[in-house]
Parts: sequence; structure tokens; C-alpha cells
Amino acid sequence: MKKTIMGVALAAAFSVPAMAQQSVEVLHWWTAGGEAAALGVLKGNLEKQGIKWNDMPVAGGGGEQAMTAVRARVTAGNPPTAVQMLGFDIQDWAKQGVLADLNDVAAKEGWDKTVPAALQRFSKFNGKWVAAPVNVHSTNWVWANKEVLAKAGITADPKTWDEFIADGEKLQKAGFIALAHGGQPWQDATMFDGVVISTGGVDFYRKAFIDLDPKSLNSPTMLKAFDRMSQLRKLVDKDFSGRDWNVAAGMVISGKAGFQIMGDWAKGEFIGAKKVPGKDFSCFRVPGTQGVVSFNSDQFAMFKVGADKVAAQTKLASAIMEPGFQSAFNVVKGSVPARTDVSDKDFDDCGKKAMKDFAEANSKNTLVGSMAHGHAVPASIKNAFYDVITRHFNGQIDSKKAVVELAAAAKS
Amino acid sequence: MKAGFLPKLLIAPSALLVLVCVYGYIMFTIYLSFTASTLMPQYEWVGTANYVRLMGLENWSVALSNLWVFASLYIVIAMALGLTLAILIDQKVRAESGLRSVFLYPMALSFIVTGTAWKWLLDPGVGLEHTMQTLGWSNFTFGWIKDSDMAIYCVVIAAVWQTTGFVMAMFLAGLRGVDSEQINAARLDGAKSWQIYQRIIIPQLGPVFISAFVILAHMAIKSYDLVIALTNGGPGRSTWLPSVFMYQYTFTRNEMAVGAASSVLMLVAIGVVVLPYLYGEMRKVKNG
Repeated sequence: MKKTIMGVALAAAFSVPAMAQQSVEVLHWWTAGGEAAALGVLKGNLEKQGIKWNDMPVAGGGGEQAMTAVRARVTAGNPPTAVQMLGFDIQDWAKQGVLADLNDVAAKEGWDKTVPAALQRFSKFNGKWVAAPVNVHSTNWVWANKEVLAKAGITADPKTWDEFIADGEKLQKAGFIALAHGGQPWQDATMFDGVVISTGGVDFYRKAFIDLDPKSLNSPTMLKAFDRMSQLRKLVDKDFSGRDWNVAAGMVISGKAGFQIMGDWAKGEFIGAKKVPGKDFSCFRVPGTQGVVSFNSDQFAMFKVGADKVAAQTKLASAIMEPGFQSAFNVVKGSVPARTDVSDKDFDDCGKKAMKDFAEANSKNTLVGSMAHGHAVPASIKNAFYDVITRHFNGQIDSKKAVVELAAAAKS
Repeated sequence: MKAGFLPKLLIAPSALLVLVCVYGYIMFTIYLSFTASTLMPQYEWVGTANYVRLMGLENWSVALSNLWVFASLYIVIAMALGLTLAILIDQKVRAESGLRSVFLYPMALSFIVTGTAWKWLLDPGVGLEHTMQTLGWSNFTFGWIKDSDMAIYCVVIAAVWQTTGFVMAMFLAGLRGVDSEQINAARLDGAKSWQIYQRIIIPQLGPVFISAFVILAHMAIKSYDLVIALTNGGPGRSTWLPSVFMYQYTFTRNEMAVGAASSVLMLVAIGVVVLPYLYGEMRKVKNG
């Protein structure tokens, strides 16, 4: 008898009172100015619906620290409502059986029709929606300082690889740094995305980086791709090693360098420095990759939460997918919306071009996941590829050996 | 005096914490290294597969050979410099305490600070090379930190700079502990200063050498923050140490079991260095 009373008393003491206000807890690594502002839009939209937003920012660009924080929370049985995630990480978490099922809201709002299939590959697991995509970045872009190009006597954007290299040499002759680049493994790999597509075309890229076909990985085409990386290596300055990507973008902005090969998050740096697309700087696809988009997409993976929090979580997912928000967010972020039915009227020149390319790639089936950003192969193989690409770019192995090691890395 | 009940009671909470949080988790890590854990801990037993995979990984062999280069140079240079400084300061120089503080000061900084400062110093674009060139020595080059073959030596430089003062202080204490009767006797017999050091003083510093070696060796094996701040493992993968490998595989490559296996091997390496020393100390306490 005494025990029962104790039990009841304990249960009363420890039972959580029903929340008067619904709330969501969102873990992300968008702490930089523009990104934080863009996320503020989402926060505002939710607060209008009476849902409190508990921000859980974890600094660190690639989200490594964020993943460590998630691990701890999930192990403790108290996951956040939603976590910003990329590509295969979503699938890895889904395999652990800790993600929520968003199929009801997805069916009601027709996500299956509006989100490109290439993205759904990551947002869904075993036929269930587990994440809501916020944006689509693409990695095969070149950013160029128009004034610097003019000074070096370059009048038009290079259309082919050879023109691009020739223009680079012109820039060097004129006393500029041809290619602004930061020697970090992920940046080397970001360039490699575009180089492989331009060398072998989209089908080759698919075979090599998505199907991990050993014949394609260890092929003359891949050898040529590595040789092209060596050509790029000659266009960077000698102090490139370890430089952050935004510092490299700054070199193009300030007129020290002509080109940068980088994903479209670089545009934010140009806009932030009050530069106008089409006037001060130009954006074009890595020569030889026009018509193909190698993408990476930020998504919010939804974790299994207590029954009292599900309603708020569903509203969050639906607010993320809402076209007005997708447009507002991506205008600031430099990316394109993750759904194909959003108008491009608020976007600048580069943004409009990106949306056109994205729609075209989606309809022609040339939208491929970026290897460098974890949308082609899982983390372990991605990093093994990084090892090879980076060592080759730093001159530790030659192209022949790099091809052999790349094929070996696919098995790691 | 026999310890009563109260001291034991006071020590119990911290002993319990150490038992669980240190030794408990060491056991947990060892267990994980025999499982199929990837992103999160799993408890499916796979035997020694992770160790086999670890041994076959290029990154692990790079990390090991780097550790070998780094540890041997770091220990030898820090000891040699520390001993030299200690002997020089021991010559009854003026402002001894001031000099001691100057040499000890780097120890007060964290490795992150040391790494960041040396990163700038060694960077060809802003550091030493740039300064020398602006001073007019136009063909001066020092780009080790950007060179895959030489970058590991930059890590050695920064680590030696940080620890030398501390090693000096240890040797200085040892030098002061040598019996002055013997030295005076030697002087009467007409021995020169360097002979006195070589034949009388340094041979008596054995225990200090051992202590310094143990401290430096375990610091070398667990070095992580210095490399991360100085080179972040680059250029390429050329300055990876086992600790960098462990973090990368456990937390960014979703191969927790392989990471756990590598940390177990690091623990074994530290054990090999430290255990004999501890054993010796214990014996001294017992017999002393």
C-alpha cells in the first residue's frame, strides 16, 4: 500500500505538465550573418502560428560539431525536433531508426510532385519522408571579377576547358592570381566535382561517383581529370594551403584574383561586399558542365519526438516547404529553392540563371549529387576520396597513382 | 597515524567518479572497438575486424610514421635544449628568476594559442618569410608549413618552443639537488667545469631524465590541439597524428569502431611508456 502511494506521488512529481505553448527545438549551424537572417524568416513564420522557436546553433561550417551534439542528444533519448543535415547523413540517421515519418504532411501538400527525384533520394528512407529540404546549392560554378578579366584582356566567359586554362594563363601574365583557392580537402574536392563532369560528362560522373564502378574510377578519363586538376594547381598562388573559402572569395572580390571555382554560397560573399552580379562579377558554370548541376541540399531531418511535440514538428516541416519561405530564404542564401514550382522574380541575375539551370537539369535528368558535399557517396568513402584528391593536388602522388588509389578508396 | 573513516568518506565521491568516467569509459571504448559501431554505438560483436581494417589503412600508417618522427625529434630536442638552458642558467647569472620566467612562459599558453601563433609566424604570406623579404632579404624563403614533406617539422618547432622551458625547470631543480661537497672536491682536484658536468652532475640527473621522458612521451602521443591549430592535419594529410585519425574516423567519417580501435592502440602506447615508470615509483614508495 505504502509503495503504491509512493509510486503515485513520484509519478505526479515527475510527470511533465502539458505544455501550454507548442515549441520546436532546431539544431543548425547557420550562425553567419546572411544565413542567420534567412532562418529568422522561418522563425517569424512559426511564431505567427504561435509556435515557440528554441534555437540551438552549433558553430562550425560543415556541421561536424553539430553531428556530435546530435549524437549525444539521441543517445540520451532526448533528440531535438529538427536538425540541419546533408545528404547521406540523413540516410545514416534514418538507418538508426530515430527519424520521424512525415508522409501525412507530404501527401497533403504534394511534396512528391514538387521536389525533384534526385533530392527525394535523400529526403526519403524506405518510402517515408524523413526530412524537409530547404535549399539546393550547386558546386560547379565559377565566380569571376569582371574588372580583373578586362584588365587581362579577357572579353568573354570561357566556354571550353582549354579556353579556361588559356584565360588563367593570361591572368597570370597580367600579374593577377588566376585562380583563388583554399587548400582544404573539401575545397579541392569541390573543384574536382566540376572537373570530372567537364572531362567525362554527366554519365561518366554518375558511373564513377554514384555507382562506384571500378572501371570508370580507374579509367583514362579519370586520369585526364586528375591531369586537369594539375593544370588548375598551376593557376593557384603559392600560399593557397589551408586558406578558408571565404578568404579565397575575398581575393576575387578585391581584385587580387580572377576566378574562383566554388559552390553558390560564394555569391553571398560578393553580395555582402555590395558587388552587383553581371556588372562587377560574373557567374558561369565550370567550362564544359553547362546543362549539368552537381548539387548539395540542406535539409531539416525530423527526429522521433514525444506525442506532445508532433503537431509542432509537422507545422515546422510544412513551414519549411512553403513556397514563400523557400523563395525568401534562398534569395538571401544564394541557393535555389528545393521545389520546382517557386517563382524566380525576387532573385538576382545569378539566381535566375541558377533556377533555370536547375529546372533544366531536373527535366533532362542531369541533376547529380555532389561527391564533394556528401550527396554521391557515404561519409567514409567521401573522405577516402578527399584523401586521394588532396594528396594529388598537393603533389604527393601523380595522376597515375591517384587513379589507382581512387579506385581503391571506393572500397573503403 | 591510522586513517579514520572520514577521509575515506570524503574521497569516495571523486574516486567513484574517476572509476566510472575514466576507467568505465576506457572499458566501454575497448568494447566498442570490437563492435560494428558506425554512426552511433552498436553492440554487435565483430571480433578483431576493426583492428585488421585499421592496420590496412593508409591514413593510419601515415599517422603512425608522423608520430614516430614527431615524438622522437620532440623528445630529443626538448630535452637537449632544456638541459642546455638549465646549465647556462645554473652559472649564477644575474636576473636568474627573470630569465626563468621568460623561458617558462610558453608553458602558460594553451596549445591552441601556440599553434595559432606559430601558424602565422610560419606562413610565407604574412610571417617570417614575408618579414625578411620586406626587410630587404629578397630571396629568403621559409615555406615549410606549406610543404607536405616538411610540415611535420613545423609541428616539432612549435611543440619544442612550448615545452622547453618546462623541461629546463625540471633539470634546474635536478641540478640544484646535486651535492655541492662532491663538486667542491672535484674543483680542488683541478677538474674543469665541463668535466664536472659531464662526469659528476649529469650522471646524477638520471631520475630527472626519466621523468622528463615520460612526460614528453605521453604529451607527444596525445598531441591533438597543436596540430589542429597549426596545420589542421594538412597540407593534404601530411601532418596527421593518431589523435587526429581517431577524431576524424570516430566523429566525421562515421566509423566509430575503427576510431575506438585506434584510441585503444594509443592507450596501449602510453601504457608502455608510463607503466614501468609508475611501477618504479611505487617500489620506491614501498622501500623508501
